[in-house]
Amino acid sequence: MHPVISVENLTKTYTSNFRALDSINLEIQRGEIFALLGPNGAGKTTLINVICGIVNPSQGRVLADGHDIVSDYRAARSIIGLVPQELSTDAFESVMATVKFSRGLFGKPPNPGYLEKILRDLSLWEKKDANIRTLSGGMKRRVMIAKALSHEPQILFLDEPSAGVDVELRRDMWDMVRGLRKSGVTIILTTHYIEEAEEMADRIGIISKGKIILVEDKIKLMDKLGKKQLKLYLQSPLANLPEEFAGYPLELSADGNELIYIFDAQSEQTGITDLLRQLAKHGIDFKDLQSSQSSLEEIFVNLVSARP
Amino acid sequence: MNLYAIRAIYLFELARTWRTLLQSIASPVITSSLYFVVFGSAIGSRMTEIDGISYGAFIVPGLIMLALLTESISNASFGIYMPKFSGTIYEILSAPISYGEVIIGYVGAAATKSIILGLLILATARLFVSFEISHPLWMLVFLVLTAVTFSLFGFIIGTLADGFDKLQVVPMMVVTPLAFLGGSFYSISMLPPLWQKIALFNPVVYLISGFRWSFYGVADVNVAVSVGMTLVFLVLCLIVIRWIFKTGYRIKS
Repeated sequence: MHPVISVENLTKTYTSNFRALDSINLEIQRGEIFALLGPNGAGKTTLINVICGIVNPSQGRVLADGHDIVSDYRAARSIIGLVPQELSTDAFESVMATVKFSRGLFGKPPNPGYLEKILRDLSLWEKKDANIRTLSGGMKRRVMIAKALSHEPQILFLDEPSAGVDVELRRDMWDMVRGLRKSGVTIILTTHYIEEAEEMADRIGIISKGKIILVEDKIKLMDKLGKKQLKLYLQSPLANLPEEFAGYPLELSADGNELIYIFDAQSEQTGITDLLRQLAKHGIDFKDLQSSQSSLEEIFVNLVSARP
Repeated sequence: MNLYAIRAIYLFELARTWRTLLQSIASPVITSSLYFVVFGSAIGSRMTEIDGISYGAFIVPGLIMLALLTESISNASFGIYMPKFSGTIYEILSAPISYGEVIIGYVGAAATKSIILGLLILATARLFVSFEISHPLWMLVFLVLTAVTFSLFGFIIGTLADGFDKLQVVPMMVVTPLAFLGGSFYSISMLPPLWQKIALFNPVVYLISGFRWSFYGVADVNVAVSVGMTLVFLVLCLIVIRWIFKTGYRIKS
């Protein structure tokens, strides 16, 4: 099965000579939730904008379900929905009018039943006749999602969907995204909320300075790059770490009450048994211990900061 | 062709007119009515006929054309500038719609509004002054051709403008003076010979002259030249718009 989005050697250089995207190659599989992570200015929004037709590519090619986004733009764009990062709405229109407009714009005949379903799913039905400028920021975000879904897209781009929305709406959106995925929609989201990617994504792509530096299955990524740490709560505080432990990846907390041992979760030899033996040998007792795995956020920060 | 998209843009733009009825329709109709009252009924009754036409009747085509030009530019420029300003242009750019279809939607709606306005002013004028229309079909041709051409011109202004003030510059500083000096209130033949020649560089002269011919059968310039000049301006606008969309200038980076 061919990928639903295929990006080949995509480069975008603005007239100011700023290279926002640098030879991007990326494939998005049908029906997956793909999270694109990256610091501000990494090129996430530019990549989405090129795929959606808002920004012209300088070089390279993008196929959406096999359709070239430039030469076969009608077929490509008709299957793509976009919720942009900025809250851009028609202030003086009603919710229903703007959603109907979006559906028409994407070449779909009127379907009041479908639009009602979307508005109900997004808790907007009661506001269908409300003027958009009277809505809260969160409700406007829902309107933008409704507009993006109005033409029944097969691919949905969510550019920072949780920016500026409360926890309740974020949870609602996550549920909605999962529901869309179940119905076969491919979701590509960019986010600053790493927990969002961690919670929802099947695969993670990391972009930095216009280059894709990693694309990996989320679970594999966390397994591969995730460090585990073992925290030992000592019976008595230590002033210094004995010299015999200099070879261990071991840290003593500032107050001397905790020892933190970092190890590779994938390694066959974690070294824990040996460490505990050595501690016992030196009379260092602990009253409790706790192990934890590094979050996606830590992995992301490590990856991005490791690059020049 | 994405007919649903054209329909969506067209109806969306017309809906804005109904929402702003006072500004879009009532205001220009009232302004034109005041011209008819002052220049047609009050002062006009004391003025001599021009080319055998009472002064009140003589200014009707010019005033309709003045409103048509300014409103066509204003409607179309505002129509495309607003999505740029609010950021909703992203939806137009990401939709499966060709540039031609975008133009038909926006310019079609702007021209429709202007034509409705022109016909309303025509009907209003009839309340104040008496006149006949010798060539009603040609009157409609000029009305539609001018509305479409200047809506295209307005679309260009709205695309290039980077502020609300810029939207008003061309209609207020260029088009209105050209319309006033283009024979709205007088015949070009009333000017001294040198100014008659200079006036021929004013494109609005051809529009007003042709439009007035459709009413009374008299014109400052040959009617075929009027049609030709309007078509030339229309083609020029289309060429500029094609370039804008091809390069994405001020629309797409």
